[in-house]
Amino acid sequence: MRRKLAPYLLVLPGGLWLVLFLVVPLVFMASVSTQEGDVVYGFAQTFHFANYTDALARYQTQFLRSVGYGLVGTLAAIALAYPVAYWIAFKGGARKSTYLLLVLLPFFVSFVLRTVSWKFLLADDGILLQPLKDAGLLPEDFHVLATSAAVICGLVYNYLPFMVLPIYVALERVDPRVVEAAYDLYAGPRESFTKIVLPLSLPGVFAGVLMTFVPMTSDYVNAAILGGPSNTMIGNIIQTEYLTNNNYPVGAALSFTLMAVMLAGIFVYARALGTENVLEAAAR
Amino acid sequence: MSGPVSPAPATRAPAAPARARRGRTRWGGRLLFGYTWLVLLWLFAPIAVMIVFGFNDIKSKSNVSWQGFTLKWWGRLGDYPELTTALWNSITIALLATLVATVLGTLMGIALGRYRFGGQGATNLVMFAAISSPELVMGTSLLSLFISVGVQTGYWTVVIAHVLFSVSFVAVTVRARVVGLDGSVEEAARDLGASTWVTFWRVTFPMILPGVISGALLAFALSIDDFVITQFTSGTTTTFPLWIYGAVRIGVPPQVNILGTLIFAVGVAIAVINTVTSRRRT
Repeated sequence: MRRKLAPYLLVLPGGLWLVLFLVVPLVFMASVSTQEGDVVYGFAQTFHFANYTDALARYQTQFLRSVGYGLVGTLAAIALAYPVAYWIAFKGGARKSTYLLLVLLPFFVSFVLRTVSWKFLLADDGILLQPLKDAGLLPEDFHVLATSAAVICGLVYNYLPFMVLPIYVALERVDPRVVEAAYDLYAGPRESFTKIVLPLSLPGVFAGVLMTFVPMTSDYVNAAILGGPSNTMIGNIIQTEYLTNNNYPVGAALSFTLMAVMLAGIFVYARALGTENVLEAAAR
Repeated sequence: MSGPVSPAPATRAPAAPARARRGRTRWGGRLLFGYTWLVLLWLFAPIAVMIVFGFNDIKSKSNVSWQGFTLKWWGRLGDYPELTTALWNSITIALLATLVATVLGTLMGIALGRYRFGGQGATNLVMFAAISSPELVMGTSLLSLFISVGVQTGYWTVVIAHVLFSVSFVAVTVRARVVGLDGSVEEAARDLGASTWVTFWRVTFPMILPGVISGALLAFALSIDDFVITQFTSGTTTTFPLWIYGAVRIGVPPQVNILGTLIFAVGVAIAVINTVTSRRRT
């Protein structure tokens, strides 16, 4: 009897915490999203589902922009991360873990501070642009900050490790004997890569996409620090509605929609690739 | 007679492609090597800027262009009392959240790694959700809860939130360690007359300790760096990342660069020590 109860007693405190502060809050957010009212007179539950349609109609530009930034950022992250992970996994030799640590090292600096440092670097009169402007290579009014490129660059930078690590893990597991076998069977370097290494590493790429696309799309720090008024993402809107306008119902409706879109995206993505593939890769 | 003849071309034929292949992969290897270092350079550029601009002798609030070398900011780290408070909050919140998350997560990790029980799948699912759900959704839903039940957000709501997002990471780390344990060692302890309690503390716990330590370090790192969930649950309380975010518009002072450099140094030291000791242990 005691042995049967033991796992439940062990899971209970942590499980309760997760239910109380992860599951229950979602129910409350769902409730808030259909309320009406304001901060001064209070909010009342009126099942006002128009909050959703109103919010989406007003902010569909930011919604689409966020998904767009997330997609471009994820693709850029694959392009940057794959060769690096490949090189570390196959050519890193005895120093593999050192190189991996080097890739992760910048992320020991606070997320916000890293992004602020990019703002330093890319500033209109900063150390990168001012010398080029002085040399006449760039027009005086040239700027990188407050453009889509700056925001996407920040997104890719901040979430790159989540792409490098799963790809590296997948490549690390490729048995070198399989690659040798391909060469023995007269496959060239290109064929052995496209027919052996790449397919074997795809689960890592899929996991990386899952781990970067969702946080990139829902990010607002990069857009707030590196972007301008024309780069506002849905996260910025939700943050403003909650923390500045105290318009909780609209914020909740947008946040709920974002979550639903992400969940649906993950579901379709997992179905298209085979559920086991994605879950297994993500579980690593 | 065909036996001795046929292998001959088979062994000679691959020789030429093999040489060509080696030449081409060497080229490709160099290209990859260069690419990797370019990416590393890109990764380190803002970190270098952060460190170097802590020594910038600026006259105005803007710390963007290089004005000359100075050490004076090191002596004036306490110039902004709110910054000191924010940093102190970050550290104490991280310590508290790490303590709670490590205890709760370790218990969960042991249960999940050791036992088969009903509801295990549900527990794993909730943990997966906690790890993978967007921070923005976690932050907004927590704030919705606190507003709805009338809890004033502040220091303690931040601690609650930080425990929430760290606990699953600790549980997953400990579970991995528990699954890899050799059960016969514990059996031996019991055969030698050790009670369940003694077996746990003298045998099981020391064996899972590396997992517990890695989990705790991860929880601390996640907590001290968190911005999004903290912003939604902090009310008027500030933490180090929140203070920096607030200072962006008026200009981030060099003191922030120095504190960031110090935290970076501590983080790197811990990571190096952790890798070295875990390598020695295994």
